[in-house]
Amino acid sequence: MASKLPRPVIPTLVALFVLGGWEWFVRSGRVSEVLFPAPSHVLRWFWESLLSGELLAATWVTMRRLIVGFAIGAALGVPLGALCARVRWVRDTLGVLALGLQTLPSVCWVPLALLWFGIREEAVLFVVVMGTLWAVVLAVQESVLNVPPLYLRAAQTMGSNGWHLWTRVIFPAALPGVLNGMKQGWAFAWRSLMAAEIFVVIVTGFGLGSLLNAGRELLRMDQVMGVMAVVMLVGLLADLVFFAPFERWLRRSRGLER
Amino acid sequence: MGNHSEASSATAALTLRNVTKRFDGASGRVTALEDITLDVREGEFLAIVGPSGCGKSTLLSLLAGLEHTNVGEIKLGDQPVEAPGRDRLVMFQQDALFPWLDVLENVLFGLRLKPDLTEAERLESARYYLNLVGLGSKEKARPHELSGGMRQRVALARSLAPNPRVLLMDEPFSALDALTREQLYGDLQEIFTKRKKTIVLVTHNIREAVCLGDRVVLFSPNPGRVQQVFDVNLPRPRRLNDPALANLAAEVTTALSARLAR
Repeated sequence: MASKLPRPVIPTLVALFVLGGWEWFVRSGRVSEVLFPAPSHVLRWFWESLLSGELLAATWVTMRRLIVGFAIGAALGVPLGALCARVRWVRDTLGVLALGLQTLPSVCWVPLALLWFGIREEAVLFVVVMGTLWAVVLAVQESVLNVPPLYLRAAQTMGSNGWHLWTRVIFPAALPGVLNGMKQGWAFAWRSLMAAEIFVVIVTGFGLGSLLNAGRELLRMDQVMGVMAVVMLVGLLADLVFFAPFERWLRRSRGLER
Repeated sequence: MGNHSEASSATAALTLRNVTKRFDGASGRVTALEDITLDVREGEFLAIVGPSGCGKSTLLSLLAGLEHTNVGEIKLGDQPVEAPGRDRLVMFQQDALFPWLDVLENVLFGLRLKPDLTEAERLESARYYLNLVGLGSKEKARPHELSGGMRQRVALARSLAPNPRVLLMDEPFSALDALTREQLYGDLQEIFTKRKKTIVLVTHNIREAVCLGDRVVLFSPNPGRVQQVFDVNLPRPRRLNDPALANLAAEVTTALSARLAR
């Protein structure tokens, strides 16, 4: 068969080919190096900013904002979502509001956040929380409502109710959906954070978004592209480190996949 | 063996008096059960059989306390049945095992809700019932790793382990293949004779009802009513293809089709 090669071989070859073509294209002088830097320029920027500590500092600032904002959003979103699922009138009010606010790109909150909190950490966090919260609320509400009634009936006949029913049956049964909501919330938080950081310079910390924007102002497209690559990498890494293992464990232990 | 029900006929585990249950459906009000009066004796295996729509599953939900009567009264001993309770465990048509727990933890679920037991007693009891249903070696397995018959066995162990006064079975064998089902009939009868549990089984399978029940209550549909009660005085363990059993099943079938033809 043709597929004796290990699976990563072809993607690596293709990537090398594309990068090589790009490098050649820029070096041949057909485009301005300033506007369209070659991979080697981006790599050089990456190396320099890594050595100067600038890149790591910015990444740290951004990661801290993301994690704190996401944690607040998720910590508020899970109980609120459960409440929406449980109480009809909360679902008809807060649930509907969440549906509306979830469609609002959270960068729209930036002007208000700046007025309320000033150009400080709180403003960014607020935007990230707004990005996370509603997605989590909706996902938790949905997955709690979708818990098979049979589980509830079985648990109730065995004497489970109230807090016990919530923690031992409803939440574990809803966990796959809740996890999906968390992932979605994380993605929204990440996007809203980038938007906020590019949109305003927050005096309390210089994050990846600010670094990207600074690249634009200095006409350093190697920096812009480099930061873009880092943003992608961080996003992928977060999924790989936080979500993927948990998801895999969840699916495997419940027989949703081999 | 067949005479223990007569001996204990004085004490009723469950009493139903003039029970009526209506539902408000899309096409107006439906009477699922009308004027059901019935006693389930202590230590008796009662099989309720009838065509679909005769309200037999509704009756089980009422006994479990998952639904409430419109008219009439249901008592367990001398306590009115108003809510679900550990004294009446239910085995459902689907096994309803929790996929996030392994087999042992599933069986322990009900036991953990009994505060008066120590952890060691719970474990002992769970293992005892898992062994009783022949799955002692599977305690660390997840439900999805088991076959349908095994899962239903675990569900049986889970319902028996907290030692309920009454076991309610809602067509628990209907989703299984014939071979597995017959095996489970054997297991269940063995457990029943060993443990002397009061069991109410709801089924649409007449042979199954006759094979398992001390008495078979035939329900007729629209609205659900008790049509006829049959005593089954065959020795246990009964086999599904025993001619005497087949004869009795035929008798029940005849009674049912006579009513349906009307």
